[in-house]
This record gives sequence, C-alpha cells and structure tokens, in this order.
Amino acid sequence: MYLSSVMSRQLKEIVIKNIFFLFALVSIFILGLIIVFLFREGVPIFKVVSVKDFIFGNEWYPTYDPPDFGIWPLIVGSIIVTLFASLIAVPLGILSAIYISEIAPPLMKEILKPVIELLAGLPSVVLGFFGMVVIAPFLQETFDLPTGLNIVNVSILLAIMAVPTISSISEDALYSVPREFKEASYALGATKFETIVKVIVPAALSGISTAVMLGMARAIGETMVVLMVAGGAAAIPESIFDSVRPMPASIAAEMGEAPFRSDHYHALFAIGVVLFFMTLFFNLIADYISTKFKEVGTATL
Amino acid sequence: MQDDSIIKVKNVNFHYGDFKALTDINMDFEKSRVTALIGPSGCGKSTLLRLLNRMNDLIDGTRVEGEVLFEDKNIYDSNVDPVEIRRRIGMVFQKPNPFPKSIFNNIIYGPRLLGVTGKGDLRDLAEQSLRQAVLWDEVKDILGQSAMMLSGGQQQRLCIARALAMKPDVLLMDEPTSALDPISTAKIEELIEGLKKHYTIIIVTHNMQQAARISDYTGFFYLGKLIEYNLTEKLFTTPDVKQTEDYITGRFG
Ligand SMILES: Nc1ncnc2c1ncn2[C@@H]1O[C@H](COP(=O)(O)OP(=O)(O)OP(=O)(O)O)[C@@H](O)[C@H]1O
Ligand SMILES: [Mg+2]
Repeated sequence: MYLSSVMSRQLKEIVIKNIFFLFALVSIFILGLIIVFLFREGVPIFKVVSVKDFIFGNEWYPTYDPPDFGIWPLIVGSIIVTLFASLIAVPLGILSAIYISEIAPPLMKEILKPVIELLAGLPSVVLGFFGMVVIAPFLQETFDLPTGLNIVNVSILLAIMAVPTISSISEDALYSVPREFKEASYALGATKFETIVKVIVPAALSGISTAVMLGMARAIGETMVVLMVAGGAAAIPESIFDSVRPMPASIAAEMGEAPFRSDHYHALFAIGVVLFFMTLFFNLIADYISTKFKEVGTATL
Repeated sequence: MQDDSIIKVKNVNFHYGDFKALTDINMDFEKSRVTALIGPSGCGKSTLLRLLNRMNDLIDGTRVEGEVLFEDKNIYDSNVDPVEIRRRIGMVFQKPNPFPKSIFNNIIYGPRLLGVTGKGDLRDLAEQSLRQAVLWDEVKDILGQSAMMLSGGQQQRLCIARALAMKPDVLLMDEPTSALDPISTAKIEELIEGLKKHYTIIIVTHNMQQAARISDYTGFFYLGKLIEYNLTEKLFTTPDVKQTEDYITGRFG
C-alpha cells in the first residue's frame, strides 16, 4: 500500500520531468531548424564570392552585371546606428531605472513605469512613421541636409526602442539589491546619492550590463525602423548625417525582388547568417556577464 | 541616574502609519555604559533603537512625537541632518550585512565618505578598527578578499569594525548575536566588554543571560511601553515591577 503510493509518486515525477524536457526540446529543435535553413540558403553564395570578399567587400551591387556582393557598408551601417543608439539609450535607460527604483516618489513611479512599458509595446512601424514625418523634416530643415533619413534619425528611433529594454531589466537588477546593503550604507552616514553610486549600482552591475547588451541586441536586429528611416545608401558613411543601409534593411528591402535561389537571394540569406552571429555574440556577452560577475548575494550565515 | 547621559528620550511616541509602536517613552542613556533593551518580540525594541539614529526616516509613513536629545540637541529638529547623526551614532544589525566588496573596502567605506583619502591613513584606520573588533588576526592576510567569504561570526565582527571605523560616540546593536553560534557570540560579548570604556553601547537582545552578563542598565519593554528601566543587577534580581519579574523568570502569559 505504502510502497505503491511511493511508486506512483515517483512515476508522476518522472512523467512531469519528461514533459518539461519535451517542451524544452521542441524549442531547441525549432531554433536548430531555423539555423539549418538559414545556412542552407546562405552558404551557396560562397561559391560565387569568397567569405573575405563578402564580409569586407566595399561594393554592394547585387543586381549589376557582373554583381558585387560586398556587405562591409551594410555591416558598418548596422554597427554605427547601434553604437549611436546605445550612446543615447544606455544613459537614458540606466538613469531612468535608477530614478524609478530608488528616487521617484510612489506616484511618479506609478506613472513612469507604464509609460516606459508602453514605449516597448509601440509597433516599430509607427515609430518609423514618426521618424519619417516628424524627425526627418526637422533634421533636414535645421541642418540644411539633402535628406533627413540618416544615421541621426535612425539612432534616435532605435534608442527609443532600446530604452524600455534597458530600463526595465536594469530596474529589476536594482530592485533585487538587498535592503540590508542600503541600510548598512545609510547607517554609516552615507547620503542617498552616495548609497546609489557606491552600493546599489555596483551591486546591480551585472544585471545592468546584461540589460545594456540585450538593448543593443534589440537595436541591431530591428528591421522596420531602419528600413523606413535609414535612407538606404549602401556606402560607408562619412558623417552622422549620411544615409546608411543596415543589414536588416537590406534583407527586407531586397528579398521581394531577388529571384528564388539566385545569387542575390543566397547573398541576402548570408547577410542573415552574419546578423545571426552578431546578435548571438551580444546575447552571449550578456549571458557571460550575468553569470561571471554576479556579486555574491547577501551575507551568508 | 545623574546627568551623565549622552542620549535622552523625552515623551516619545512613534507611529508606523496608523499603528502606534511606541507610547510615551522616557529614557536616558548613560555615557560609556552598556544599556540593554529586552522584551518580547514586537514590543518595539528595534523601533526605539532605529529612532536613535533616525534610521526610521527611511521607512515611508512613519511619525515621531516628542524629543530625542543627543548631547542636549534634539535630533528631530528640522535643521538637523540625519546623515550627520548617523555618522556619530553607529549601528550594527541583526543580520550581518557586509557590502559585496573586499574586507578592506568594507571598513573604509564610511571614512572615505568623510573625506579620508590617504592610503596610509585608511590602512591604519582599517587595522585599528579590525583590531578593536578582534578580527585583525583572522583577516590581516586576506584584506583584499570579498567580505562575503567570511563566516557569519566574522562578518558580524567586520560589521562592528566597519561601524567603529567611523569613530562614533554611540554604538547601537540590534540583536548582534542572534544569528551566531555560541563561540562567535562569546567573542562578540567580549568585544562589547572591551568597547564600553570608549563607547556608549545600546544593545537589543532576546538573550536574558547576555543582557545580565554585559549590560550596566536594562530596559524592559512590553507592547510599546517602557515597563521598567533599572540597573541590570537590580532588574534581574529584585525588579520593581511584577511584569518584569514574570518576563525574566519565563512565567510570561
Ligand atoms: N516597517 C514597519 N511598518 C509597520 N509596522 C512595523 C514596521 N516595523 C515594525 N513594525 C511594527 O512595530 C512593532 C514593533 O516592532 P519592532 O521591530 O520594533 O519590534 P521588536 O521589539 O524589535 O521585535 P523583535 O524582538 O521581534 O525584533 C511591531 O508590532 C511591528 O509589527
Ligand atoms: Mg527587533
């Protein structure tokens, strides 16, 4: 009687464990499928052009005869807009997280949090539209430019998209700093500002770094906004008011016109592979930081 | 009690929102003495302790009535900076709470805020504080290591050293040994014994023997009121109030 109930409990454990394992397996399987597909469609381009010429080639003329498949300007475009976006989004995101979690009075917190979350929910096409009809003409007029669809414009929009990611993950990290640390700091005669700078932020640093990396990954992979407001010039930019053509924009703009399984088609998939590795890289860094630099939790007894 | 007192609590009531946690407390703390606060859980001992260095300010919705005089100045006057008070009245918490920084950086956290920057000065200060807290011999070779690696008892002595590095006038301790084993507890009691020459110590404890062993005065609290405040020896042998006797003999309802 007793024995059989133990048996059935163990059986239940095993079944539950396997069900979870199965679900985990399914998502890994799907991811694997996508990667295999990406490589199968992308790799054939390297029969036409070498990996080095593909990545570091300065000319992207996929429809010329003979075509040029150098994506360096696209990579540079992606990196530049991501960097500039981070320059805006990182301080903004971290400072707003600090403000919300440590400084804001309760009412302000109630207002700010949903507003930032709403920002995250904004469809990127709406943001892109905003960039086209508001920011672009403004830039064009104030700086007397041929076009307002340029690096500055994209960077601002990508920053707007990255801020909620950075802010909300940083905020979680700040909230999880144990109360004891703050009390210890105040009891030693630290001001609120000193406590934030010297205790709270350092204790939350790994979480904040993860937030930054994920925010950047978000920016580099974003497609709709760069398609709409980056201007689309596949050349290495010389000023921050130049147009660029980040990788996702190229793929989205050209996929429709590239004949199925043509060289152009394979080249676009190969860009996808490069992009995949770049976002993977950001995510790996984020992961590494969050495990490696995790400060040892609260006092252990 | 004659007027050797460094802190005087006068007609203090304390509220957490609508909840009144302390009622009409009058209590003087004598300089260079150890005063113990005892009483059943929830009677307001920690609340009173945190009132003395304005730590309760950090909790939303609290309210203080009455006066707390520190060297004859009301620390709740509107022109008093709580930061200044906390620099002179140090605190050690129930749970050891070192920062996730190196042992050395834990000690010099406070002095640095005060503007002590000389490498040599900071080192001397660290050594002096760690010696005072009877931790120096155990950590002198690992000052650069994370304080989180220390045992609970060592962490608590580190927290005491950290508080001492500020050279406070008063040291508040909220059940500093409740999370420790008997050996660490004995070490900390010894340490308190040694410290009382130079510091005024106010300690909350649930351990009657501890209060009897280390304190000169003891206050017994019940339901937010100070029931009896007396010389420790008197309070534990011939208390004036029946309730006190019931509590210390364990006959409490
Ligand atoms: N932050 C708070 N908000 C609301 N009420 C509180 C808060 N902290 C304490 N109290 C209440 O105030 C009363 C006194 O609490 P306090 O922590 O001072 O008790 P204590 O004597 O230290 O108890 P213990 O021995 O368990 O530590 C308790 O009834 C408690 O519920
Ligand atoms: Mg308490």
